[in-house]
Amino acid sequence: MPQLLIKATDLHKHYGIKSGYLQASKKLKALAGVGFDLFEGQTLAVVGESGCGKSTLARLLTMVEKPTSGQLIVDGVDITKAQTNTTKKQLRKTVQMVFQDPFGSLNPRQKIGHILQEPLVINTKLNSLERRQKVLEIMDIVGLRSEHFQRYPHMFSGGQRQRVAIARALILKPKIVVLDEPVSALDVSIQAQVINLLIELQKEFGLAYIFISHDLSVVQHIADKILVMYLGKPVEQGPIDVIFNDPKHPYTQALLSATPSTNINKKRKRIKLTGEMPSPINPPTGCAFNPRCQHAHNSCKVSEPIMQTYGNSQVACLALNEKRI
Amino acid sequence: MALLEIANLTVDFATATGSLRAVDGIDLEIDEGEIVAIVGESGSGKSVGMLALMGLLPWTSTVSADRMFFDGQDLLRMNNRERRKIIGKDISMIFQEPMTSLNPCLTVGYQITEVLSHHFGGKRRNYNDRAIELLKQVGIAAAESRLNSYPHQLSGGMCQRVMIAMMIACQPKLLIADEPTTALDVTIQAQILDLLIELQKIHRMALILITHDMSVVAETAERVVVLYAGQQVEQQNVRELFNKPRHPYSEALLNALPERAQGNLLNAIPGVVPGQTDRPQGCLFSPRCSYVKEICIQESPIAKDEILCHFPLKPSKSNKSIAIDMGSQ
Repeated sequence: MPQLLIKATDLHKHYGIKSGYLQASKKLKALAGVGFDLFEGQTLAVVGESGCGKSTLARLLTMVEKPTSGQLIVDGVDITKAQTNTTKKQLRKTVQMVFQDPFGSLNPRQKIGHILQEPLVINTKLNSLERRQKVLEIMDIVGLRSEHFQRYPHMFSGGQRQRVAIARALILKPKIVVLDEPVSALDVSIQAQVINLLIELQKEFGLAYIFISHDLSVVQHIADKILVMYLGKPVEQGPIDVIFNDPKHPYTQALLSATPSTNINKKRKRIKLTGEMPSPINPPTGCAFNPRCQHAHNSCKVSEPIMQTYGNSQVACLALNEKRI
Repeated sequence: MALLEIANLTVDFATATGSLRAVDGIDLEIDEGEIVAIVGESGSGKSVGMLALMGLLPWTSTVSADRMFFDGQDLLRMNNRERRKIIGKDISMIFQEPMTSLNPCLTVGYQITEVLSHHFGGKRRNYNDRAIELLKQVGIAAAESRLNSYPHQLSGGMCQRVMIAMMIACQPKLLIADEPTTALDVTIQAQILDLLIELQKIHRMALILITHDMSVVAETAERVVVLYAGQQVEQQNVRELFNKPRHPYSEALLNALPERAQGNLLNAIPGVVPGQTDRPQGCLFSPRCSYVKEICIQESPIAKDEILCHFPLKPSKSNKSIAIDMGSQ
């Protein structure tokens, strides 16, 4: 039985926005009621347009920020409750992150060897020889050669830099890796190399991935489960095959049909979404998706839909609930 | 006669470490109302080639070509003043980053009317009505009030629409879109692509779409030019290219797509695009090619039937992978 690594229940994250000296601060609900389970060796894909709260979720999971409310259990420890600094430090080792831009996430003035040693310096008591040994080991695993140890980031291509970033995330032997758009800055041919590396590493170390992406074709390939978000709220979640073959929420349907396909022989009917995502400071009443939804009804503008189970997937949609679609 | 005719376009940059050839012999002919996609990975010279056409490259570059004709006019013989009369009017270009290609200090209305008054003369304010009409045409709601907004008040998708409005203001004969949707979300990407195609149909513009996204190519283009390390390796009809690519690089590029993966792992292309210092002697793709032979390493190939390869793939041989349509419901 695989181990349950993350259990998130009804996570909320609100930010206060000061609008003026005498005005009350407004609330930006970056995340409103996200919940999921993640087991060892599994990949959960989080998809949605920019501003839907994907990166806020990543910040909560990596313990950069604390959720406003809700419960988040990482590797058996409830991090929403007060914990001692040592447990927190211990826990941070189990969750690591790979960022989107491999050009911005590596210090240009440090050598690769130095960048990769830093997590070990902070988190372990190894001496410099042992650290070097460990770094060379992990470099070999991600497909970097030992002579790269003494090189600076600017001497590497995008794909190699992303390998360095992956090596840095893996050097503390984490159980969970949060991948925030890890391949979107890379070219197609390099993208395939990095995805293959991620799949192999997952198999070898039994890692759990949180894969944040907007590229649905990559998501379909790599993920086991998918969480579709819109304006901070989950709208649909479930196993990857179920969601891709039978998307139920109108937003998921639109998102899937908006993704261009490389199949030249088959023209698809596209569901056209008009307009853009509303501002999270001033969200529409009722269902957040109602201004762009083709199935929107009066009731959608009044009451907020709740997540309900339909077969293998969970969907938050009033139209579906009222059997209108 | 073709609207745009380029033969053997070459661009060199003088760098501190010697000369760098960014574009190496692009041949392109585009007719009126045609949609051509230029695909390639970063560093393949797709943007530089088009910037050379626009005359927007810095002084460190040397542009040479056997022929470069636009609408019967020789672009190579033209001085800058003459070229500026064409650029922005008959040929215009949309850039990748909508947020950074608009001037943040000027209102949207100023920037659109500026183009019109520059090319057609007269005061900017005379063109306010035309600007409103243009903004409506690209699908911006409340166009009158948007005229006075600044780029930071608009979202990325809206900025890209403003860019498009600016570029079609003079009804160009050729529109070059350099990765017009890369910085945008998928739903907005679909809207912008639909808009470009629609405008292209209405105005009978020729459209050059520069992109690295094969799925965008599949959905929009009629003809595709594949570039690799500055060289044009294949030019094909889009349907032919996706069904039976003739150049090993095109085939590898298509097979690397997640939709075409067989089993768990993707068909990655080993290695990286050669840079300034590690250019191979023979065929530039030879170190990464799975069909490589002795001659490929020693001699550069010469283009035959628009394919730059010693051993072009047989049309039937490479027809083994059929894309699985991921988006169908």
